Amino acid sequence: MRRLVLIAVWAGALLWLFPIAGAFVTSLRTQQDISAHGFWSIPREISFRNYAAAWERGRVSRYMANSFIITIPSIIGMLALSSMSAYALVRFRFRLNRPLYFLFVAGMLLPFQILMLPVFRLTNQLGLYNTHLALILFHTAFQIGFCTFVLRNFMRTIPMSLFESAVIDGAREWTIYRRIGLPLILPAFAALATLEFTWVFNDYLWAIVLLSSDRLRPVTAGLSTLQGQFVNDWPLIVSGSLLAAVPTLIVFFALQRYFIEGLTMGATKG
Amino acid sequence: MRHHPLAPLSFLLLPLALYAVWVIYPTFATLTLAFTNWDGISPTSEWVGLANFERLFADRIFWMSLSNNLRWVAVFITIPTALGLTLALALNRNVRFDRFLKIAYYLPMVLAFVVIALLWAWIYHPRQGLINSTLFHLYGFLQSLGFDVNPLAARRIGWLGDPNLAMWSIIAAASWQHVGYVMILYLAGLKTVNTELLDAGQVDGASPWQLFRYVTFPQLAPVTTIVLVITVIQSLRAFDLVYVMTRGGPFNSSNVLANFMYIEAFLNYNMGYAAAIAVVLFLISIGFIAVYLYRVVQQEER
Repeated sequence: MRRLVLIAVWAGALLWLFPIAGAFVTSLRTQQDISAHGFWSIPREISFRNYAAAWERGRVSRYMANSFIITIPSIIGMLALSSMSAYALVRFRFRLNRPLYFLFVAGMLLPFQILMLPVFRLTNQLGLYNTHLALILFHTAFQIGFCTFVLRNFMRTIPMSLFESAVIDGAREWTIYRRIGLPLILPAFAALATLEFTWVFNDYLWAIVLLSSDRLRPVTAGLSTLQGQFVNDWPLIVSGSLLAAVPTLIVFFALQRYFIEGLTMGATKG
Repeated sequence: MRHHPLAPLSFLLLPLALYAVWVIYPTFATLTLAFTNWDGISPTSEWVGLANFERLFADRIFWMSLSNNLRWVAVFITIPTALGLTLALALNRNVRFDRFLKIAYYLPMVLAFVVIALLWAWIYHPRQGLINSTLFHLYGFLQSLGFDVNPLAARRIGWLGDPNLAMWSIIAAASWQHVGYVMILYLAGLKTVNTELLDAGQVDGASPWQLFRYVTFPQLAPVTTIVLVITVIQSLRAFDLVYVMTRGGPFNSSNVLANFMYIEAFLNYNMGYAAAIAVVLFLISIGFIAVYLYRVVQQEER
């Protein structure tokens, strides 16, 4: 029985990897070859030419840079701000403490559609439509909910006496936050940053709602331009898609433990 | 503990201000937009009362999209969830190469939905795609054994082009991504299961199924709640896959509410109408958000 389960798990794992492996093989072949002979044929020629074409002619290099320009400041912003709100919720007793906490939790589950049109209108009114700043501000603000939720619950596991001793020393609240609070939540920061990197980097909806210029698009939205530009050249489109996945794959493999911690922190602890 | 009365405010001011402007205000603004005929461009709009909702409930595309969302939910809370749980149970014990096996299932989770959409659009492609190429050879093999099949028929299956198949094909691609997520959550949950109870059950001669059904699964209840809530919310807000793979077609057969709303808002400039769709989507989700919140409140009281 156990043997059978194991065989099934292995078969499933290979099946699960198959789309990615098959896509990689296709990306190395030419479109003529694939469309004439199908996937299950011996490649006439193997090259990275599709990658080069996607990177240059398909402008994936530009899109990729845009993705980082949007993602990195968003992550710094959301971690900075949510560490402040989480600190306030853990450290101080005040009447609105619980309601504010629930407000942050509720916000993280909202369907994006309920925010979409007013956010679009707001960026227009503020003159931010079609700028990277609009996306950075929105991602930062929207993720404050989830980040506050995770950081607050993480901070609650820190013994209060650590803060108390600083108060007795006469340190000011902001100094305590900086000198004691922040260093203690670094592990949670690592987990959140890894997770948020993949979320923000992979966002597509907000990129097409808040940007109109092709040259500003992140790689997710750029891929749909690529698809339109090279209709039916699937080896090239697949190459572009795999390129777009490289940064998140690197982050995942390098920081796997943090990634999984981040995902489960939101769900099982608290 | 005593603190300056304004100390919490000094920490909360900036995060809350941003949150209020970009999350709380827009949520309520959509509720009012749904009663107007704003076109997305004009600075003003008229109040039209319930007209958007009346039109919505008479719109065939709305009902098709809603039923597709419900199908998505139905598949999602059964197949990927059961698979994820089974995998977590299998990989929770000492298995050789378990890291490799876990990574195989996690991997799709790291990919952007757009990347998944394009990879699967290739897999489903009638002539160049992975599935039909495989079927072509399979049919050829069956034909050589004397079965009455035509290999060329394999190239005519339009996974995304056939109105009867498109929705299911997209849901299959989405499930490929979702299984790993469910597995991660259950693996984390299984670490909290009390092993003494399992040992006691084993001593009493319980079968593996009985151990799972009466010892392990009840202890996983909190994780199951989270998995179900997240799964339902994911299925309701699904957009990227549909928009990139089919735009909701052919003939709206794979349309879902999020895609229907986006098209009304940004391709047809019916912002008021689109807001009404968003409100309906929100009202459906709110029950599940409440379940999650209720659990968080309960934890606070413990």
